[in-house]
Amino acid sequence: MTDTPTAPPHAPQISDAQLNPLARFIRATELDTRMLGMVGALLMIWLGFHLYGALSNGAGVFLTPRNLWNLSVQTAVTGIMATGMVLVIITRNIDLSVGSIVGFTGMVMGILQVNILPQYLGLGHPMIWVITAITGLIVGALIGSFHGWLIAYRGIPSFIVTLGGLLVWRGAAFLTADGKTISPVDPTFALLGGGPYGAIGSTGSWIVGILGCIAIVWILMRSRVARRRHDFALRPMWAEVTLGLLACGALIGAVLVVNAYPWPIGIVKTYAAANGLTADPATIFISHGFAIPVLILAAVAIAMTILMTRTRFGRYVFAIGGNPEAAALAGINTRWMTVKIFALMGLLAGLAAVVASARLNSATNALGDLEELYVIASAVVGGTSLAGGVGTIYGAIIGTLVIQSLQTGMVLIGFGDGSYRKIVVGIALVLAVYLDILYRKKIK
Amino acid sequence: MANTGTPLVELRDISIAFGGIKAVDHVSLDLYPGEVVGLLGHNGAGKSTLIKCLSGAYKADSGQILINGKEVEINNPRDARAENIETIYQTLALADNLDAASNLFLGRELVNSMGFVDDSAMEAETRKIMKRLNPNFRKFNVPVSALSGGQRQSVAIARAVYFNAKILIMDEPTAALGPQETQMVSELIQELKAQGLGIFLIEHDIHNVMQLCDRAVVMKNGQRVGTVTVNEVTDEDILGMIIMGKKPPQAV
Repeated sequence: MTDTPTAPPHAPQISDAQLNPLARFIRATELDTRMLGMVGALLMIWLGFHLYGALSNGAGVFLTPRNLWNLSVQTAVTGIMATGMVLVIITRNIDLSVGSIVGFTGMVMGILQVNILPQYLGLGHPMIWVITAITGLIVGALIGSFHGWLIAYRGIPSFIVTLGGLLVWRGAAFLTADGKTISPVDPTFALLGGGPYGAIGSTGSWIVGILGCIAIVWILMRSRVARRRHDFALRPMWAEVTLGLLACGALIGAVLVVNAYPWPIGIVKTYAAANGLTADPATIFISHGFAIPVLILAAVAIAMTILMTRTRFGRYVFAIGGNPEAAALAGINTRWMTVKIFALMGLLAGLAAVVASARLNSATNALGDLEELYVIASAVVGGTSLAGGVGTIYGAIIGTLVIQSLQTGMVLIGFGDGSYRKIVVGIALVLAVYLDILYRKKIK
Repeated sequence: MANTGTPLVELRDISIAFGGIKAVDHVSLDLYPGEVVGLLGHNGAGKSTLIKCLSGAYKADSGQILINGKEVEINNPRDARAENIETIYQTLALADNLDAASNLFLGRELVNSMGFVDDSAMEAETRKIMKRLNPNFRKFNVPVSALSGGQRQSVAIARAVYFNAKILIMDEPTAALGPQETQMVSELIQELKAQGLGIFLIEHDIHNVMQLCDRAVVMKNGQRVGTVTVNEVTDEDILGMIIMGKKPPQAV
């Protein structure tokens, strides 16, 4: 019952004067050093590819609005699923079937919106994309809950259930249309995949950016009020301001980047002709702005972060991962939780299938092939521990960005051959986990 | 102590078997308010299993559980908590990756008006109860894996005490503790007893039993050897019951 007295929490253990400015900054802002490390690594990867391109090919193309915009869109599909994989891995499970679920739900949605719904609603009916997307989410969630039921109530290891699922749903995807590709998808549905029309433009992006900044300030203020109410130590005011400026600055920076990427001239010409613009198309600058899939990813990330940090459900996910027996003794229905977690993973795979098939403007049975490996790699690179109990949503998103940046970067510097990309991603995965192990040892 | 009136807890004829082995074999016992009943016996005697039927971790194959004279169904830990039964498990049953407040409120989180968990309120409550139980406890914002054995124990005890338990089950609460910490647990047991709680104490240390318990129930091979009033017997009598299953004349 006794312990050596230590300093109160939320307060320095050694005096600030003994620390260097960086350590003082991290302590005052209470930023996760692990996250800072990941962001640092990401920026170094970006800068590395850019400089390598500039030095060896004469033109750095990585840090350009066009590439960053593409990178953001490419991150969406994997990122959406990586947020769900975090929950699965935290509870000491694994889901190898997500790529195949993407393939199967993608085919179901393709058939539904191209072969079935137009017969009843008429081609191009505005409800087609809604019904299709909702069906995809439901099918994904049902597959996920079936997997979860086998795991939780029939006691089959998740590795086996989802390895079976990987084969079954990929095969089923082929059978849905005898291996045919279904194309093109409903035009409104296709907007969910991005592209010039599937982005919200300059004004829309500014609105998103400003609303985001308001939300950041609001969150910081609320947390301060809550701490004051309970007499906890407050962050110094300069730290609060710095945090707010950093977060808002990053968001506004993203707005500036996506708005700096104009529509290609061909699209502008078509658009100008269709809207009766008389100006020379070459002089018209129309920004892409945030792509819709990126906004979907952002919404998923925010919702999942709230779920994991602010709800009982999220608390129970961590508790089960930390000590399944203790969670059960605390009255948590761990089996039902497992079903819900896999259902959520399936739902997110369904959502990823929406974005992936919309982006491709077609449904193919190969959609999402090998995606499960990149999803798992992203979650793990983002700090989710396979031993269970540890992981964050933002980490998974940064992890996805790291993996995607490596893939894109290899192409841009002229190693577009798939083999090099696989080698680099594979090494990065092992290295990231090794660094994480070293880091965790050090902070212990 | 004169135990009259309705017992707080009455376990009647409880049996539970695992794969043909009778872990608990027709055992009955009772507990009165303000009483500490020690449960003794060898490893594998069935003490923990019996008590887990009361805490909801196991479901008895047969027998009845009465709380304040009324029969209750305890199918899971939630049912037990609803009857104000709290348990401190030998393993402590803490989620190592969560902080003290999250463990204390696990399964019973405080939520705000929007239904979101209110971490600051839970931390504030945890600070309050810890000030009482373990005033030196400071590590509120680290996972409990970073705490010492004694600190972890105090989190487990705080969890049992915070929710106004009427019936407390303590499974070897001092096994992992040093002498000073053991003393604090003893004092806490006395204090809770004075507040009118009924406490089941599973304990191996005969000295602690003699000091803390009003009655002692000895089990052997899943069966009850006998129940004694502690101040009517010597520690040799109790050891004889544990080791040889020999019932002294004072036992019932």
